Amino acid sequence: MSTPHRTDRPKKQIHLAAHFPGVNNTTVWSDPASGSHIEFDSFVEFAQIAERGLFDFMFLAEGLRLREQAGEIYDLDVVGRPDTFTILAALAAVTEHLGLTGTINSTFNEPYEVARQFASLDHLSDGRAAWNVVTSWDAFTGENFRRGGYLPQGERYERARTFLDAATRLWDTWKGDEILADKASGEFLSTPAPGAFEHHDSQFDISGRFNVPRSPQGRPVIFQAGDSEEGRDFAAAKADAIFSRHSHLDDGQRFYVDVKGRLERFGRRHEDLLILPAATFVLADTDAEAVELAREIRLQQVSPATAIKLLEQLWNRDLSDHDPDGPLPTVDPSENDDLIAKGRASARSHGDRLEQAERWRAISQAKGLSTRETIVEVTGRQSFIGSAETIASTIDDFVQADAADGYILVPHITPGGLAPFVDHVVPLLQERGVFRTAYEGTTLRENLGLREPTR
Amino acid sequence: MSAPTPRLRLAVALDGAGWHPAAWREPNARPGDLLKPGYWADLVREAESGLLDFVTIEDSLSIQTDAPFATEDDDRTDRVRGRLDAVLVASRIAPLTRHIGIVPTVVVTHTEPFHLSKAIATLDYVSRGRAGVRVQVAPRPRDAALFGRREFPDLSYADLRSPAGEGLLRETFAEAADYVEVLRRLWDSWEDDAEIRDVATGRFIDRDKIHYIDFEGLHFDVKGPSITPRPPQGQPVVAALAHRDRPFELVGTSADVGFVTPRTAADIASITAEIRAAQSAAGRDDETVHVFGDVVVLLDETEQGAQDRLARLNEAAGAAYESDALVFAGTPEGLADLLATWHAAGLSGFRLRPAVLPDDLRQITQRLVPELQRRGLFHDAYDAATLRGALGLPRPTSRYATTEGTPA
Repeated sequence: MSTPHRTDRPKKQIHLAAHFPGVNNTTVWSDPASGSHIEFDSFVEFAQIAERGLFDFMFLAEGLRLREQAGEIYDLDVVGRPDTFTILAALAAVTEHLGLTGTINSTFNEPYEVARQFASLDHLSDGRAAWNVVTSWDAFTGENFRRGGYLPQGERYERARTFLDAATRLWDTWKGDEILADKASGEFLSTPAPGAFEHHDSQFDISGRFNVPRSPQGRPVIFQAGDSEEGRDFAAAKADAIFSRHSHLDDGQRFYVDVKGRLERFGRRHEDLLILPAATFVLADTDAEAVELAREIRLQQVSPATAIKLLEQLWNRDLSDHDPDGPLPTVDPSENDDLIAKGRASARSHGDRLEQAERWRAISQAKGLSTRETIVEVTGRQSFIGSAETIASTIDDFVQADAADGYILVPHITPGGLAPFVDHVVPLLQERGVFRTAYEGTTLRENLGLREPTR
Repeated sequence: MSAPTPRLRLAVALDGAGWHPAAWREPNARPGDLLKPGYWADLVREAESGLLDFVTIEDSLSIQTDAPFATEDDDRTDRVRGRLDAVLVASRIAPLTRHIGIVPTVVVTHTEPFHLSKAIATLDYVSRGRAGVRVQVAPRPRDAALFGRREFPDLSYADLRSPAGEGLLRETFAEAADYVEVLRRLWDSWEDDAEIRDVATGRFIDRDKIHYIDFEGLHFDVKGPSITPRPPQGQPVVAALAHRDRPFELVGTSADVGFVTPRTAADIASITAEIRAAQSAAGRDDETVHVFGDVVVLLDETEQGAQDRLARLNEAAGAAYESDALVFAGTPEGLADLLATWHAAGLSGFRLRPAVLPDDLRQITQRLVPELQRRGLFHDAYDAATLRGALGLPRPTSRYATTEGTPA
């Protein structure tokens, strides 16, 4: 597939955001610079660095049950995270411009409550709220909720779509001019029953009056993160931005063309949906130093014990006796449907395990790598490695070549790991004229250059 | 039974423009700002300037109404309508204050205890140990219709005394007690020192210090553990408003603070006796359960001035204001007399509901508090770092904590 490289158009402005990584194996918690992942000060520091860098927003992921592997709570990564809504509302008090984006699932929540929380967050942040709508939560996670259980894949998207429709209907119940608060006349409302709604579909039968008046953005900015066919259509139909994993040039361009190409079918324009892949970065004084540093970081991220755990996730069997410094196991992956890793979305994404294992074995043999070295090689996701100049020009090139509209940066150290990027890369992007030197708008939607929501 | 506390504790209940339905029309009211964070920040800072122990923030899932037991939402246009989620308001103002406790109201009948547990734990992190939660039931058709997943009979206030009403109260308050039990178990599910960051073994946590709660109840099962580590207070403060038997049981079995609504000093003995009996039956004799009196307050320089204000507000509202709690219209000195008497009669504190914001809040912080201090009934400075500390409650150890070397 060829991508038209349009040279006649003005340079695209890059969008930047930051993800405070929660539970993962990429945060290097053993580094002395790594701070608390739960104390509020960490979130304040992170958010204020992002705002100093004029980032569009910060992003929090979600997890609703502690991960397990082989029947035990997983103990090698950062474990534990705060409640998303509560942290974002508190951060609204210590930031002024930064968008506040949270992942909230549509399976273990109800539209009335989530619509109410996001509308409240939008009021409390003066128009900076954004919602990353996700669907894939399993029965394992369901054990923490009164809804319990889980829905088959198709029905999960059905619920997600109708959930967002219902929430949108609730946000739209108030037009924004109902509150007169006229002390003299005694009219608080201009109309008797703002907020009245009825919503009936395959998933929800709800009615009443929504009790949060229209918020500054009308609706929060909507993000979608799924990469499946249904996920891409869902994003093309409903989302303002898509949070993807395609941070390299070629697959970024393929994804970009595919998703933007779907917009027209839903009556939407090219610029109505931003594509923002997650990206890591390793920054040093020179490119060579950055490459060396990246190697060290990968070894910190994949300790011998972590290598075995990641190996078990593909092999789906107990390999606790396997030598991480030896070759990959000769035994084949288990085809058992019961996964050894629970509560880890990536564990489901291995597809054909035997085929994948053969691929890993081929890489291992061709390069003469140990098990741990192979895992380091095949699970690496570092996107931008180099000096500030290299990273700035790479990001700019990628965005101008339509591999993305910008990136959501995930530092490997929290809370301070974003600062080098803000201090060294952002000024170079500004010099190139592709990144703002001041916030343009007052709301997140304005800063992202998105249109007002239509009703 | 707990001995009388050395000083009375004081909280204010914040709701919209104040508790009187015409409060929003007063000259100092800011009815256009009720959805703005600055409004709430100003109120809570004012309460903190008066050294108040905590604020509560009212909430409801359905829209406000003059008649909470009515089947339909009312269509009044002369009352404050619309509000924000109280937990998020609480979180938004927590970083702007340093000492005052922050206690949002949550409806437990339609929400998930797992979500609420981590939200309140997070509020405790954000406020550095000043979080609480007031649990409220909502077994009404109009609340249920917002969620569409359960149904409740359409009962009037009078119907609550019928067998159907008694059954409904028994069921929803038992569910609320389960809910609080789940909150507390989840808060305890991480021992305080579960995060070890042991570089030598590569372990971030000691999994033996993190526990499944395995709660099984009539309305929900929750496996646990929490995803949020144990909050700074260990257990944030749990409060509930109670007017009669079933709610009194909830206070006795589950709460740290009960808000009650006596009309006379004589009511206090019977109310506290019921709560203490429930507390005892729940095996909580060695724990402090505060009983706070709720009073709507409307204060002025003179008794006549206060009565005139009330008359003016009632006229603007089109009806005499009625409340579940005593409506006190008088001077700060007169209120101090009442609080002293009720304190002596067995209430350890008060939750004052300002009739008009910010006017009656300022009367509390600037006139009532100095009067209580002069009488030796109220503290002169914040001297505890946490809300539990302010209430004289110890920081509990996790129920799952094991001694060194004992397998979990």
